[in-house]
This record gives sequence, C-alpha cells and structure tokens, in this order.
Amino acid sequence: MNGVHDVGGMQCFGAVLPEENEPVFHAEWEKRVFGTMCLAMIDGHFNVDELRHAIEHIAPAEYCAVPYYGKWLRGMEDRLIAHGVITREELERKWAEVQGKGAAA
Amino acid sequence: MSSHDHEHEHSLVPSEPALRIKALESLLVEKGVLDPAAVDEIIDVFEHRVGPRNGALVVAKAWTDPEFRKRLLADGTAAVRELGFLGMQGEEVVAVENTQNVHNVVVCTLCSCYPWPLLGLPPAWYKSLAYRSRVVIEPRKVLEDFGLKVSDDKEVRVWDSNSEVRYIVLPERPAGSETLSEAELAELVTRESMIGTGVAKAPA
Repeated sequence: MNGVHDVGGMQCFGAVLPEENEPVFHAEWEKRVFGTMCLAMIDGHFNVDELRHAIEHIAPAEYCAVPYYGKWLRGMEDRLIAHGVITREELERKWAEVQGKGAAA
Repeated sequence: MSSHDHEHEHSLVPSEPALRIKALESLLVEKGVLDPAAVDEIIDVFEHRVGPRNGALVVAKAWTDPEFRKRLLADGTAAVRELGFLGMQGEEVVAVENTQNVHNVVVCTLCSCYPWPLLGLPPAWYKSLAYRSRVVIEPRKVLEDFGLKVSDDKEVRVWDSNSEVRYIVLPERPAGSETLSEAELAELVTRESMIGTGVAKAPA
C-alpha cells in the first residue's frame, strides 16, 4: 500500500539530527512500550507484519506527529483488540482509571 | 471505525503516552497475559546487553580472518550465528562491504528495520522521517549531516531494509591498524560505521 509511511524520496522533512551519546530510550514510557510489544509478539498475539500494517493505517497527520514508540503503542492496541486479547471497552475503562476519572465509569 | 467513534476515542485517550501505556500494561497484567517482570527483563537486555559492540566483534573478525570474511559476505546470517548473534529482527542478515570504490549506507524507508542482535535498537535519527526520506534521494548530502564527505569518484550504494532482510555494513579497515589485535580493532568500529553514516575510527 502506498501511504504516508512510504516517505522514501521526499525532501520536506529537514536535516537529519544525530544525537551525541544517545541513550537507548529517551523516556521510561518508551521502555514499557518496547518491552510490552516484544512480549506480545513472543507470546504470539500478533506478528511484526501485522504490527507494521496497523502502524501504516494510522491517519496521515497523526502518523507524522506521533513519536516512534507512540506509533508502536497505537499499533499494539489495535492488534490486541483485533485478536480479542482485550476489548476497546476495557481499554477505555483503563484510560479513564489512569487519568483519575474513576474506575467504575 | 466511524468519525463518531474517532471523536469518542479522542475524548477518552490519555494525552500523555506514559499514562496510555500504563493503562494497557495494567489491563494486560489484570487479564493475566503479561508479566511485568518479563517486561523489565527485556528492557534490561536491550538497554545493557545487546548493542553495537556485537556488530563490532563481527567486523573485527572479518578484518582479521579472511575465511570468516568470505563466509560473512556469502551468507551473513550463518556467519553471525557462528558468533552466537541471532534473535528477533536478525533472522536474515546481509553484510555489504565498503571498498576503495564503494561506500554503502543502510536505511529502512518504510519504518525502522535494523539488525537488533548485531547493533541493538536503532538510534532516533535512523527512525526519523528526515533520514528515511532523504537518504535514498540525496545520500551524499545526508552523509554530510553526519560530517562524512564521500569523494565524488566513490559510488554510494543505499540499501533499503525490510522486515525480512537486515543489512550491516562491513566498513573499510582503517590505515595504520595492521598491528592491532581483534579486540583492539573492535574498539575502532562505531555503530555509524556499520550503518554507513560513518567510517571506522583511526587508531590512536
């Protein structure tokens, strides 16, 4: 599929900015996304091709704006719901809970 | 999903990614399908145990052992397995050799494919839209962003990775390194030299 992910040959994204002494992860949440993703794939909930497919279906404006592990997170949620490991309702309840909006909502 | 669903989701979804992954992790733990200690273990492996040091050992061996070099270029996957480097995102490894006449550079234009067992996780710039988009159309300019000027008489080859094939560049052995041991040579091999956005360091 051609889509926003297929960026090879575009020249609108500016200079490449290498970072000196770059850490493996830039934030704690990135680590959790990475580790959870690896386990989800090791446990066979979905494979890397499905994940990429899900990431490639993120809406174009969002795809460009969201950081790398944010795309992984969206792709992972999508696949876990698709395979019935979790439901959207359960995830929404958790979203409310972690934001202090009440677990019982 | 309808546009109504989109709006609905946007009103609920945590704006902070830290909260969003916390929600998912907590849900998976509750359902008994995720062990948080196993997540910690995987993070530790990729933060501390797997990294470009592995690839550097492969390169140093190829510089000092002509038979290994031949095997590496003929069948990268089998050769790196001899050294015990296998695992996720390293299922099929192809080594490409820099020479006097050719400089190789690796990208994944579609996302971020990278030989994890040899180089660890990719740096942020490798996954950036800027690198993915530009290195295939103006590689010499992109290499200059890294401070690397490739002479005009040298061919630049760009290799686009995919989820089946991961590339590693075999950099040129630096001049003046003839007397160094394999371990000392490995110290000269940088991550960038194995992606192709750099060259091996000169001996001190």
